[in-house]
Parts: sequence; C-alpha cells; structure tokens
Amino acid sequence: MNHQDTIAAVATPAGRGGVGIVRVSGPAVSKISHAMTDRALVPRQATFTDFLDASGEAIDQGLALYFKSPASFTGEDVLELQGHGGPIVMSLLLSRVMSLGARMARPGEFSERAFLNDKLDLSQAEAVADLIDSTTEAAARGAVRSLKGVFSDRVRALDLDIVKLRMFVEAAIDFPEEEIDFLSDDRLVDNLESALAQMRILTQQTNQGAILREGITLVLVGKPNAGKSSLMNQFAGEDISIVTEMPGTTRDVIREYISLGGVPLKLVDTAGLREAENEIEAEGVRRARAEMLAADGVLVVIDAAKDSDWVSQTTELLAGLESKPAVFVALNKIDIATEVPKEPVPSPYHATRVSAMTGAGISELKAALINQFAPNVTTESNFIARSRHVDALTRAEQHLMTGRQVLLEQSAGELFAEELRYCHEALTEITGEFTSDDLLGEIFSTFCIGK
Amino acid sequence: MDFPTTYDVIVVGGGHAGTEAALAAARSGALTLLVTQNIDTLGQMSCNPAIGGIGKSHLVKEIDALGGVMASAADAAGIHFRTLNSRKGPAVRATRAQADRQLYKAAVRQTLENQKNLHIFQQSVDDLIVAGDVVQGVVTSGNIRFSAGQVVLTVGTFLGGIIHVGMEKKAGGRAGDAASNKLADRLRELPFRVGRLKTGTPPRIDGKSVNFEGLEAQPGENPRPVMSFLGHVDQHPAQVDCHITYTTAETHDIIRAGLDRSPLFTGEIDGVGPRYCPSIEDKVVRFADRDSHQIFIEPEGLNTHELYPNGISTSLPFDVQLALVRSIGGFENAVITRPGYAIEYDYFEPRDLKSSLETKHMKGLYFAGQINGTTGYEEAAAQGLVAGINAARAARGLESWCPARNEAYIGVLIDDLITMGTKEPYRMFTSRAEYRLVLRQDNADRRLTEVGRKMGLVGDARWSRYNEKLERIEARKAILTHHLCRPNDPVEVYLGQKLSREYNLSDLLRRPKVSISPLLNAVGLDWDDDEVNEQIEIDFKYEGYIVRQQEEIDRMLTQHEVPIPIDLDYSLIQGISNEVRQKLSDVRPESIGQAGRISGVTPAAVSLLLIYLKKIRQLDDRRRA
Repeated sequence: MNHQDTIAAVATPAGRGGVGIVRVSGPAVSKISHAMTDRALVPRQATFTDFLDASGEAIDQGLALYFKSPASFTGEDVLELQGHGGPIVMSLLLSRVMSLGARMARPGEFSERAFLNDKLDLSQAEAVADLIDSTTEAAARGAVRSLKGVFSDRVRALDLDIVKLRMFVEAAIDFPEEEIDFLSDDRLVDNLESALAQMRILTQQTNQGAILREGITLVLVGKPNAGKSSLMNQFAGEDISIVTEMPGTTRDVIREYISLGGVPLKLVDTAGLREAENEIEAEGVRRARAEMLAADGVLVVIDAAKDSDWVSQTTELLAGLESKPAVFVALNKIDIATEVPKEPVPSPYHATRVSAMTGAGISELKAALINQFAPNVTTESNFIARSRHVDALTRAEQHLMTGRQVLLEQSAGELFAEELRYCHEALTEITGEFTSDDLLGEIFSTFCIGK
Repeated sequence: MDFPTTYDVIVVGGGHAGTEAALAAARSGALTLLVTQNIDTLGQMSCNPAIGGIGKSHLVKEIDALGGVMASAADAAGIHFRTLNSRKGPAVRATRAQADRQLYKAAVRQTLENQKNLHIFQQSVDDLIVAGDVVQGVVTSGNIRFSAGQVVLTVGTFLGGIIHVGMEKKAGGRAGDAASNKLADRLRELPFRVGRLKTGTPPRIDGKSVNFEGLEAQPGENPRPVMSFLGHVDQHPAQVDCHITYTTAETHDIIRAGLDRSPLFTGEIDGVGPRYCPSIEDKVVRFADRDSHQIFIEPEGLNTHELYPNGISTSLPFDVQLALVRSIGGFENAVITRPGYAIEYDYFEPRDLKSSLETKHMKGLYFAGQINGTTGYEEAAAQGLVAGINAARAARGLESWCPARNEAYIGVLIDDLITMGTKEPYRMFTSRAEYRLVLRQDNADRRLTEVGRKMGLVGDARWSRYNEKLERIEARKAILTHHLCRPNDPVEVYLGQKLSREYNLSDLLRRPKVSISPLLNAVGLDWDDDEVNEQIEIDFKYEGYIVRQQEEIDRMLTQHEVPIPIDLDYSLIQGISNEVRQKLSDVRPESIGQAGRISGVTPAAVSLLLIYLKKIRQLDDRRRA
C-alpha cells in the first residue's frame, strides 16, 4: 500500500535518557536525510554526523541510519537520527524534520505501516492493534494533561475567534444576497488582526514552553521538618534540597524532574506550611499554596513520629484549595515512630507509610503515583502532546498570515476563506472536530438567512 | 396484467430527479420506462421559479456536462439571469435563472419525448415487485405489472405527505396533487430507516394587485450569462425584472398574534424544516430584534401575472396570511392566488444507500431526490442523474460510478448524504466542498465531460465543442508562456510600473490585480472567446492553490481506494470504542476513505479498521491456498 505522507516521531521514551531517537518513514526520507546531514547516507550503515538546521548550523551530533524501502521496519524508506536525549534536542530535531515535509506520526503508526506493508506477520495484527489502541489512549491523556489551564483557555478563545471569522466569510460567500456584505466590513479586518495577534502570542509562549506543561506536577507539602526535602531526595536519588534539622529551611520552591514510569514528573518542594515567623517565610508559604493550586497532585508529608492525627492535619493543609488535585499522604519517619499511625476505615486519603531516611515504603509510594498518573505509559507522553500542539499552532499561524495577505492585498475573499479553513483545521487538531455542518449551524444561528 | 415489455430501468416519478434519471439511463443505452402520476406535471417546479444559485449552479453545470437537461431547460425558460458573487473570485461565482414555469416544463417534456430508448406512462405506482431482497419491477394503480431489473424511486414529498395551513391539515404530495400513501406504506414494511421532514412555500400573489411604485427593481445581469455549456443568449425568452420589498413592524405584530394557530409553534408539525429557509413566523420569533425582512418578488412567468414572494414561506392560517401579506410594502391591496403551506413528508435515511444510490437492503432499487432528505431542484436532479446512470450500468453488468468529492459537487452531495446522513432538508452550499477552488462552475465541463463521454452520456455536438475549447485553451496558454515582455515594453503602461527584468505573459497574469482582457489589449493580442480567456486567467491565478489542493486530494485518494465489505461485522474489530463501532455500523461505509469521513471516527479507529481488513484478507487468501 502506498502511503503518501512521511511520518516522524521520537522513538525513545520521554524523559531524560542519554540517547534519543527521531524516526522518520515515508517517501520524503531521502530529501530529509540529505538536508539534515548534507551527504548521501549509505543504507544500513551508521554514519556519525552533524544534524543541521535550515541555516546549516548543527542542532546536534549523532548517528544517522538510513534504511531503504522495502528493507526497513515499515517497508518504506526510514531514517533514524540518534542524538542526545532530552526534550529540547528531540523537539528541535522533530520540528526540523517536519519543516522538511514530514508530519507527526499518529500513535502506533509506524507499526501500522509495517503491518500493512507485510513487514509483520499476521499473528502480530492483534499486537499492533493493541499498540494503536493503548498509545492512542495514552496520547489522549497526555493531550488532556498538557491542555490544562491557561493554554487550553487561550486555544479555545482563539478557536472561537477563528470560527467567528469563518462564519462571516462563509456567510458572505454562500449568502451574498443577505443585507450585509461581511467581506467588505471593516470589523472583519479588525477581528482578523486581533486573532492574529492572539495567535502570535500563543505560538511564541508555547514554543518557549511557558504555558504548556511538560509533565505531571506533584507538590510536596507538610509542616516544617516533616521531611519533605528528604523525601524528595529519596525520589530523585541525590541531594537537591537543602536539608537541615532546623524547621523552615526550604524557603523557596524547589523543582526537580524525575521519570516516573516513563512520564516526566515535576516534583515541587515547598516551604513548610505553618504560620510564618518572618517575611521570607511568609512569601515561601504563599508560593507553596500557588503551586498546589496548579498541581496535578499533592503529596502531604506527615511526621508520623509527632502527629498521630494525620487525617485532620491533611484536611487542614488542603483547606481552602479551590482546585482538586489528587492527594497522597506519606506517613514519614516510621523508622523512628513509636507507634504505627492508625488509618480510619474507609480512609479519606491514600496513605503510605514511608521512611525518607531508610527508603522504606518509597517504592510503594511510587507505585501509587504511577497507578494514578501513568498506568499505561508509552512514548506518547506529554512531551509528544506538546510537540503536536506546537506543530498545529505553527501551521495555523502560517495560514492565518497568508490569509491576511490575500485579503488585504488582493481582496480575494475566496482565498482568504481557504486559508482560514486550513488555519482552523490545524487548530481543531487541538480542540476537536469541527465539520462544515457545524459551521453552517453557526451561520444560521447568528444570521437570519433565507429568502 | 403483466406488461409484455421487460425494461432495463424503471423510473418512478417525473420531477427533477426522475426526469434526469430517466434521461440519463436512456441516454446511456438502457431501455427505460418513466412512470408518473401525471404527464402534465413532468418537470414541474413545485417551489420557487428559479434554477441555480450559490452551490446550486455548480450542480446544474455538472449535470449539464454529463448531458443532463436542467441547464438547457433553464436557458430555454430563463426570463431573468443573475451572476452571484461576481466580485468574489471565480471559485464561488454562481449563476441563477428565474424561469417561466410553463416554458421550463415544456422544455423538459420535449426533451423527454424526443429521447431515444425512453417510454413514458401515466399512472401512480402502488407497489414494488420484490423477490427476496431483489427488486423486479413495479405495480401501478391500474394493476399493471412492469418488470425491470432496476427501479429508481424519485417520489419527492409524495410519500405520506401532509399539507398544513393553519390548524387544518390534509394528505397531499403537493398543492393539488395526491400523496402516494400505498407506496409509502409498502416501503415502510422494508427495512429502511424512515424520518420525517418539513418544508414550506409562500402564498402566491396576483401581480395586477401589487403596487410596484416605490419598490426596488432588480434588473437581470448584463452581460447575461447562460446556464448550459451549449447555451446561447439568443435562446432566452424575453427578460423581466425582479423586485425587492420588506416586511414591516406591523407584519411582525400580525404574525406574533397568529402564532397560537401556527402548526409550527403549536407542535402540530414534527418534521424538521431547513435552517437556511425558515418560515416567516420562524424568522420573526428567532430574530425578534429585526423589524424587517427582505422579500424577493419573483415573476412566475411571461404569460401569467402570478408572483412568488420569496422570503415569506408560511403555514399560518389563511386569514393571518392575508393580513400579513397586506402589511408589506406594495402588497397593500394584494390578492392571494394560492395560500402558502407547509408540507411534512417521509424521507429515507440516506446512509442506507451506496454511492451508486442503490439501497443497501434491496438490490436493484435506487432512491434519488427529496426521498433522500434533500431539498432543491438541483440537488434532486443531480441524484437522479447518478441513480439513472448507475441503474443503466447495473443493467449492463458494469461497475457503478459516482464522482469523488474532489471531482464534483455531485460527489460532495452524495458522499455527505451517505456518510453523514441529514437531519434537516439538505441543501448544497459551497462551504460544504473542501475542494472549493477546484470545483468551480466555470470548469464543470473540464471536470466531467470526458467521463460522461466514456459512459455514453455526452452527444457529439457537446463533445466536439468541448474539444475545441480545450485545444484553444492549451494553444493560448502556450503563447502566453512564450510571449516575453522586456523592460520598456508598452505593457508597462497597463501594469502602471516598470519591468525590472524579462517576464512572460503568464507570469504577469499571475500578478494580483492584473486581468486578462486589458493585458491582451496592452500587448496587442486580439483574442475572441471570453469563455476561453477566462479559463486561462483562472488557471494561472489559482495555480498555487490548485497544486496544494491536488496534493491534499492525492493523500485522500490513497486511502479512499481500500474497499470495505458492506456486511462487515464491526463487533469483531478489537480496540475501537463502542461509540465508533456504532457509528460505523450505522453508515456501513463502502471504503476506508468514507469511513474516515464519518464524524467521530478517529484516525486511530481507521488504522484499526485497516489492520482488521488486512487480517481478514490474508486469512481468506490462506484459506483459499
């Protein structure tokens, strides 16, 4: 079966591995490999080379592998770029590959092509189907996660602006005998300019990673000296927070990324939540609450050696929080606690007994977190979701800019409509399906159409 | 009695779908019978007296390119022509003709009577002859049994039709004609999904009672367009003006006061009406802030004073109709000749159809027109044409044909119907066509004449004129590409700027704001045939966009080709959600391309479907080996 599209994806798990691989498959592979390595690659031979950007500068160095159709995993021409792992390099390589004519692969699409091109046995059909199914689901979860909050609000606002523009333009085209010609209305240009400005801000911020989350955020809270920083160190495997025996040592918010079952987990260590005794501490507490509001999860750390009434303490710590993150409780210091803290039945919180000093219970706590945030983790993680969003927004912006040009310079309403349609299609990759019938619905509910 | 002749194709119904179906079947060589309740209403325009419009003239010109009658009948009957969107670029430009009803009907009937292989018979059809799930003919009200392997049903609003005027309702297929209830009952016994739609018409007015002074006159277009590729303005009868008037605040008060007797608002009507063609009571209620709505006064013909006030379709009681009409500017003393009414009718879920318009449940049975939930003469005619073509092809054992979405609005129409179904009377709009820049009314001939010729639908006159046009376009394009303009060329006067280097004329033509006629004048090329010149200009100007759309089309087509068995058991496909499974089972798509266009069917679901199809194919191969 002949696939016209060239697809690309990061083939290594997200997170911070040493080596990251970008895999490309399809007819544009030879063009892409030539542009990125400036040489003709020999099939089935690893070549150490620079990976070049559009201006000929090296993005990264690594191994390039080229497999010629049909002797490849997918049966098509395949290119593998093995560079330094890490989200930034991978994201740069991926966007370079896409600017050369590839599109982001859908979950499981490489395997799908392999199967359809007879590269996989019939007995593997179900495995491929499973892969597509599970990775699609994971991607959907990744998209939902990365769409939380401010990014989502802005994309939806932008989407509404574009729908409105399309509504005016398509109404002008399909209903020219109605009483207003929207195409020659100044407000159309005003709306266009404002949508374009919004879109520019959004793509810029998204590109800088300012508003798209790259992983799951877990905020550690608890009374001073409950052992939050020690616990964080246990998770991360090295000393990152300043830990002393003096309460209130962690004044600022400290962040660390770890990989939790393949999903990047951002740990946020906060100042101990208590009535602050000085201004620096007060600021720390304020920030801690802000972090909790934006988090996916909150890990309440209790000093089990001191506080036996951990349930009411947890409820107190979470009081007044408007958002509803997932809550975990770590009953810390069980190694020195004189009695094992009691857990009511049924328990209002998911509690795990741990010792940040000895490491006891840490793996149980991790398992609970994985179960909540990453039950079925694959390479389709938030990182990929984010790359998809960036890609879709970039295309949307380009079409809107071209549309502006054909409208203002050529007054070509039908070409403007065309660019708006492409722009909107790119946006709907983030916001969801929108049919021509939906558009007509918008028109009919807004304008009194019909003679 | 059993009628002695066995036909290849029987078409039931003589409206716009039926006549095109019968003509297309007969044109392509099938012995065809057209059965109609009334020969005198063949080609009747039951609603407004106009052919074409945005999206619709695209359909008319496509039907024309395949040898259909609609465009030439519009040229023979058109008493007022307009070019719509004339300033908005060729892709969305459209033509509309106001037609004299009598002339239109006469033109259609003349074409039918002169068509080789076509017989016409007047009687209503009460039943189908069926053996198992195969249709074998029809039985008429006179108990005559006609046999044929293919039957096309184009029964419009006649199935279970109920006409409403105020709180009064009676059975009927159209004002003055009976409904086809026996056939409706028979069809309801078959496993088709049935729904209910509604449409309406305005009261007609005697022109002698209208005061045109002070009303805005709308003259026809100058230069006047033609509808058919073979048409000529000399064919057109005398031309007349249309007029525009408006409802008043008083009109709206009258309507509001009458709502308690409106079948629409009292719940009498449960069929779904079209959102783009609401009744005047609907407009007044939904857009309460407007104190006036536009009404186009369309002449019904040259030999009648009757007028069609387009924009006040209504099913209010007659006394309210009379009062509201008389509150409108110019209509103060208006005499109503026929009351407005709403009609509810059965339609069959079009997702039960294949792209050939053959039903999935019964072999040899085709549905076309309003029976499939569409509205409009043009939409009906387009379906009739495709059903007629495919019935004739099936009779000869040939594969079915339907243009793809990138080839014709006809393709968009049929694909929308069989893939998405419809919840309201479906009307064509250009915004439904994702390949709008490729699907223009000006290039309908270039998109379809050739395939029409291959299927035996296109006569010699059209074919030779078409080839002449193509040759001319190519020859002139070659000249434009080779004609070089150097700096200081006189063309700079027209361009209003200096040439920085050598350019050929096609490059200059691609520039925004450069048009072909003044450019040709500026370089001293005296080319007649504006139609050809226009084509050249559009080809060059849209080139970049057309290339991009073509790439999109190529991507779509690689997927589209994979066929799906109609009886596939979707419960066996692993991984797809129940929601998607349900959607696929509702539509039973014929190809992967169609499956992917079903709303809510995700790319991942399409992948899983592809993998499943490949798996069962391989298992089949293995079993055979």
